[in-house]
Amino acid sequence: MKKSVFLGTLAAAALVSGMASATTLDDVKARGELICGSNTGLTGFGAPDASGNWTGFDVDLCRAIAAAVLGDATKVKFVPTTGETRFTALQSGEVDLLVRNSTWTASRDSELALDFVAVNYYDGQGFMVKKDLGVSSAKELDGATVCIQTGTTTELNLADFFKENNISYQPVNVADDAEAQRQYTAGACDAFTTDASGLAATRATLPDAENHIILPEIISKEPLGPVVRHGDNNWGDVVRWTYYALLIAEEKGITQANVEEVLASTNDEEVKRLLGASGDMGAKIGLDNAAFKNAILAVGNYGEIFSRNIGEGTSINLARGLNALWTQGGLQYAPPFR
Amino acid sequence: MTMAAELPKENFRLSMLIFDTRYRSYTIQAVVLGLFILLIVWLGYNVDRNLDERGKELSISFLWQRAGYDIPQTLIPYTNDNVHFRALLVGLTNTLAVAFCGCILATILGVVIGVLRLSNNWLVSRLMTVYVEVFRNVPLLLWVLLSYVILTETMPAPRDFRVTDEMAAAGEAPAAAMSFFDTVAVTNRGTNVPSPLLERGFGSVDLGFVSVNLTFLAIVLVIAGSVYSYRRLKSHARTVQESTGVRPVTWWKSLLILFAPIIALMIALGLHWEVPVLKGFNFQGGILVAHAFTALLLALTLYTAAFIAEIVRGGIQAISRGQTEAAFALGLRPNRTMSLVVLPQALRVIIPPLISQFLNLTKNTSLGVAISYSDLSGTLGGITRNQTGREIECVFLMMAIYLSISLTISMVMNWYNRSVQLKAR
Repeated sequence: MKKSVFLGTLAAAALVSGMASATTLDDVKARGELICGSNTGLTGFGAPDASGNWTGFDVDLCRAIAAAVLGDATKVKFVPTTGETRFTALQSGEVDLLVRNSTWTASRDSELALDFVAVNYYDGQGFMVKKDLGVSSAKELDGATVCIQTGTTTELNLADFFKENNISYQPVNVADDAEAQRQYTAGACDAFTTDASGLAATRATLPDAENHIILPEIISKEPLGPVVRHGDNNWGDVVRWTYYALLIAEEKGITQANVEEVLASTNDEEVKRLLGASGDMGAKIGLDNAAFKNAILAVGNYGEIFSRNIGEGTSINLARGLNALWTQGGLQYAPPFR
Repeated sequence: MTMAAELPKENFRLSMLIFDTRYRSYTIQAVVLGLFILLIVWLGYNVDRNLDERGKELSISFLWQRAGYDIPQTLIPYTNDNVHFRALLVGLTNTLAVAFCGCILATILGVVIGVLRLSNNWLVSRLMTVYVEVFRNVPLLLWVLLSYVILTETMPAPRDFRVTDEMAAAGEAPAAAMSFFDTVAVTNRGTNVPSPLLERGFGSVDLGFVSVNLTFLAIVLVIAGSVYSYRRLKSHARTVQESTGVRPVTWWKSLLILFAPIIALMIALGLHWEVPVLKGFNFQGGILVAHAFTALLLALTLYTAAFIAEIVRGGIQAISRGQTEAAFALGLRPNRTMSLVVLPQALRVIIPPLISQFLNLTKNTSLGVAISYSDLSGTLGGITRNQTGREIECVFLMMAIYLSISLTISMVMNWYNRSVQLKAR
């Protein structure tokens, strides 16, 4: 009995550490499907709609990568992961990449052996409370009960924030956004804290959104971006440059609708390289030359993805803010495509 | 038999390892063992190589890094400045707390239900049958989730307890009120119970590596002394009964010995209760028992009690009907028959399967992860694992700890089992 328990343990450990012999890019091509670790359900960023199709800001990046690698944006399998399971799922090879509001930190880059390849959303942590609580600042939350997702950076920021301000709180641990929302609406916690974008998304799905406010304090930097396994640099390049292609497309005014038109008329060498009309930039990272054109054709440029899923006018209603292009005072900046 | 002696003496040949039945089993065992060791080595090598590829190595030094996160329920002092190892201990104490309370409550409830299921009262026995069948045939996880959701969704929010000035002027009562003479508040966040406070503690002595709380030590000593004296009194009464046939009256002496010393100590220490009061967002003061704890305890108790009830029923039915009839013939009343004749014998049948129920309950506490209870799998296996990225180390540590807990429980229970078994002399 003891022997078999030990054996099982080792087998489990061996499985956890996974077998990643071939490169991820080869695996994805051979499989004919991209497996994307997504949120368990955060409206606007990554959630299945009523008919089971995944939509959202992060989901569209997965679709763009599928279009770039496989030429078909529908060949994506979304695996929902919670704050606690996401990195294990990536490490074990269960998913090819994670695009689910994950914060880039030094220890995740080094200790967890992950690679954050880009920042697709610059965010910060905020607090949401019910209006009738009469709270206007997070510093007034002394003694409050706070719903917090476990296994996140926000959990650590929360502890730091309350300690720095010398006030106390009672944490209520929750596993994901849905559970947090249930506890928060049931009144089991006074405040819910997570990335401000996540708060906006959660607030948008509340039936009485106008009765809830997001407090003005942003207590941390939360650069969210796609994550791949450490050590597979080629796959990291694929994800990174597909994302940058979407940014460059916005910068150059290439949209989902006018790709072909631009390709036919442009004199801009960078645009030609991006769309695969000259050079072999795609082939250099192991993709088709038309890979980035396919990505833009599938989901549009960064700005289009933003405004379609979470931008002003949608229920989430987020301003571009830090996520505007660098040419418009934001932080989104792609290195030159040459 | 003489034939064997006449066989020619054979020298050992290698082929005999396969064709000779005397050696064949050794060969098979050796081969299987060899394969097993190879498998272990292969798995170990595989883990090692894959970790190497990721640039990770097995180490538990992360346990001495700052944890940085807060835990909702801590039975030992803990802040986010403590190290991960401290968080592990907090989780361990939470696991042990819910397992300990669960085992006791499930045993009490299980024995009552098991006995009642054999009741001659049709309604009572049927109700107990329904209880047992419903609770043991629905997965435990669902009971855990159900009790948690019921507690957090149906209980009033702390603000419902508030009496505003307008309400006081209008003479209206608040939407919710505290129970047990205004000492216990059950909100949708948890149960606030009064906490004992001592005015004059004895302080503590630092022995270099560990500090001993003298107040706690005094309480333990007084209780142990009371119990010892009580047993002396009982054995004295038994001696008197055996020599004279008359049992001396002991009940008031027992009560005095058991309770007077501890009450005296509490008065000497200046015990008083801190009752929770609504202040700001929540009730302050007293002890907050998180709903995750209550829900997990409730579900584990109700679920395991159903199994224990069946074990108890089986144990009682294993005692021959003749024993009961003999006891009745001696003029013992039914409840005396049960407690003096049937149950002591049934215990021998009940204890061994009861051990495995205790083990199950203890291991099932890890289901608390579904309602974010901060037990061992919530702190070490959840947050620590996730924040440090040490999956393999954390899982191995957790397995080792659960294994130690289980082995300790079975050791203690096996020892108890031996003490109640029939002594064959």
